[in-house]
Amino acid sequence: MNFVRVVAAAALLAFAVPASANAAAEEIKFPPQNWSFSGPFGTFDRASAQRGFQVYSEVCAACHTVKQAYYRDLKGIGLEPKEIEAIAAAVTIADIGDDGQPMERPGRPSDRFRSPFPNERAARAAYNGAYPADLSVIVKARAGGADQLYSLLVGYDKPPADMKIGDGLYYNKYFTGHQIAMPAPLSDGQVEYADGTRASVEQMSRDVTTFFAYIAEPESEVRKRLGVKVVLFLLFMTGITYAVKRRVWADVH
Amino acid sequence: MAGLHKSEISNPVLNWIDSRLPIFTMIQKEYGVFPTPRNFNYFWNFGALAMINLVIMIATGIFLAMNYTPHATMAFDSVERIMRDVNNGWLLRYVHANGASMFFIVVYIHMLRSLYYGSYKAPRELLWILGVIILLLMMATAFMGYVLPWGQMSYWGATVITNLFSAFPIVGESIVTWLWGGYSVDNATLNRFFSLHYLLPFVLVGVVFLHVAALHVTGSNNPLGIDVKTPQDTLPFHPYYTMKDSVGICVYLLVFAILVFFAPNYLGHSDNYIPANPLVTPAHIVPEWYFLPFYAILRSVPDKLGGVLLMFGSIGVLAVLPWLDTSPVRSASFRPVYRILFWVLVLACVVLGIAGGKPAEGVWVWLSRVATAYYFLHFLVILPILGKFERPLPLPESISRAVLGRDGGFGGGGGGLMPGGAVAKPMEKA
Repeated sequence: MNFVRVVAAAALLAFAVPASANAAAEEIKFPPQNWSFSGPFGTFDRASAQRGFQVYSEVCAACHTVKQAYYRDLKGIGLEPKEIEAIAAAVTIADIGDDGQPMERPGRPSDRFRSPFPNERAARAAYNGAYPADLSVIVKARAGGADQLYSLLVGYDKPPADMKIGDGLYYNKYFTGHQIAMPAPLSDGQVEYADGTRASVEQMSRDVTTFFAYIAEPESEVRKRLGVKVVLFLLFMTGITYAVKRRVWADVH
Repeated sequence: MAGLHKSEISNPVLNWIDSRLPIFTMIQKEYGVFPTPRNFNYFWNFGALAMINLVIMIATGIFLAMNYTPHATMAFDSVERIMRDVNNGWLLRYVHANGASMFFIVVYIHMLRSLYYGSYKAPRELLWILGVIILLLMMATAFMGYVLPWGQMSYWGATVITNLFSAFPIVGESIVTWLWGGYSVDNATLNRFFSLHYLLPFVLVGVVFLHVAALHVTGSNNPLGIDVKTPQDTLPFHPYYTMKDSVGICVYLLVFAILVFFAPNYLGHSDNYIPANPLVTPAHIVPEWYFLPFYAILRSVPDKLGGVLLMFGSIGVLAVLPWLDTSPVRSASFRPVYRILFWVLVLACVVLGIAGGKPAEGVWVWLSRVATAYYFLHFLVILPILGKFERPLPLPESISRAVLGRDGGFGGGGGGLMPGGAVAKPMEKA
């Protein structure tokens, strides 16, 4: 069965290819963090994700859209229906009234996260031509995932002496080319956490990354839970099927 | 009862149907008692696995299409809606997306098995050619499917691949405009790709049917590569190979499930979660992993037309392989030199796969050139010559002799035409 073994090895090697191929585009290494949601049994740290939602609401939401998310999604980070209704009601949503005229109304849990600007052109006009990325799937849209988002948020620093930074750009250790149009969004004590957690840049970055990891994959916990059941079932089926196969073949070997 | 098929099915209702349309007799003949070489190893699972995979793809695809919107401004959002709002939509999409990767893993192993054991040789040349057509259809379908989420890699992958046709002199540019339905990859392109992505799998089903039909004329090859000579060399397909295939299916589903539930985006590219933007080109445009070897061949030639021809040629040589390989011996087990060169070919393909994912610069260009050169040398030069000079090892007299080590005897009983208990029970309940 030499052929079998070598093919298995080749298949494994082939599996390793896409990962290394994707990694080739990213020369910057993002220090790996310990995330509550990583691994096959990982779940989102509810308290951290809720603090992250606060950081998003008070900081990120000023410029960034999260178009795919609904207020009702906040249930997944442990908020109660009443709390979600209150959060949604606190924002104003542009709508068309019964009279057919544009109007504004309080938000509902079934509304998508409110956008800070009506369209892309308005955003570019307001932000010096730059368009703040939509953050709905930002953690999935970066090769480095949550580590990359976290690194970027804590990666603002003084530029090296020999580096000239362009107009309206800021130095960031973890951004491709090290010049980013987004000014450092977080500073120590920028938000005041209700649970008394100290709002350091690292803490806020960790919390908001946890929140966006949830928003990118709201199905993640359900998926992994179902996955464990499916894999256990298939292991059982493989075992029993192999046993039956041996039985069936016993008389011809 | 003139004109009626004489059915042996005992159930009266099934018998009534079978007398008029003998599908149960056919199933019994082709999948029940069908004489199958008794010495298959687990590599003979992969045809059945590919069939299952195709069914999974069509089933999930139909439900995805119910929720997908093929419009340039709505496609990306509709895919996210499937992920978030459609009941178990994330499961449908991840099964479908990873199913494409599983399909190629299964089919590539299926092909390597054919290469190793010489399954493409007479009398199975047409069977093999139908397989090459299946591969081409799969590639076209997978490519167009990858465009549908309308992410950055969808858009730029579509741009790069369709632009390949512009390499052809005189008609090239017109072909590209015709493919796009306009002057750039845009809504018209997305619409037709969706239409074709839904159509081609059913064409695939048709060709797969022919592939299986051809298989059932010649019968399967086997690890020894020698012909079936006596009934002792075979076993009825059911229950022996239905059971052996079932084991393979369980293991296959296990690998599939681990991908879908725990690493659903591992084989994808993160850039495809960025909505398509015609004004921003990704740093490195790479196709899906299963196209990387072909992509490397394409880029190994400095000339665009040359690269395109070589890339299509890499599949073209497979189509004529039955006539390139001049050795009368099928299985590599009895071809000492070919056995080594087979692994060199596999190595060349793996190198191409890795190089295809790297930027086309430095050592990777040279590695892909060497590997491309070997790929074509292997098929066009080495195989035709090798068959004339290689001294194959002595072939066993028969499958049963090689497997059982004695003359047609069976573990349990005498050496009848069929071993006791090995005859499949007639299918009474369908």
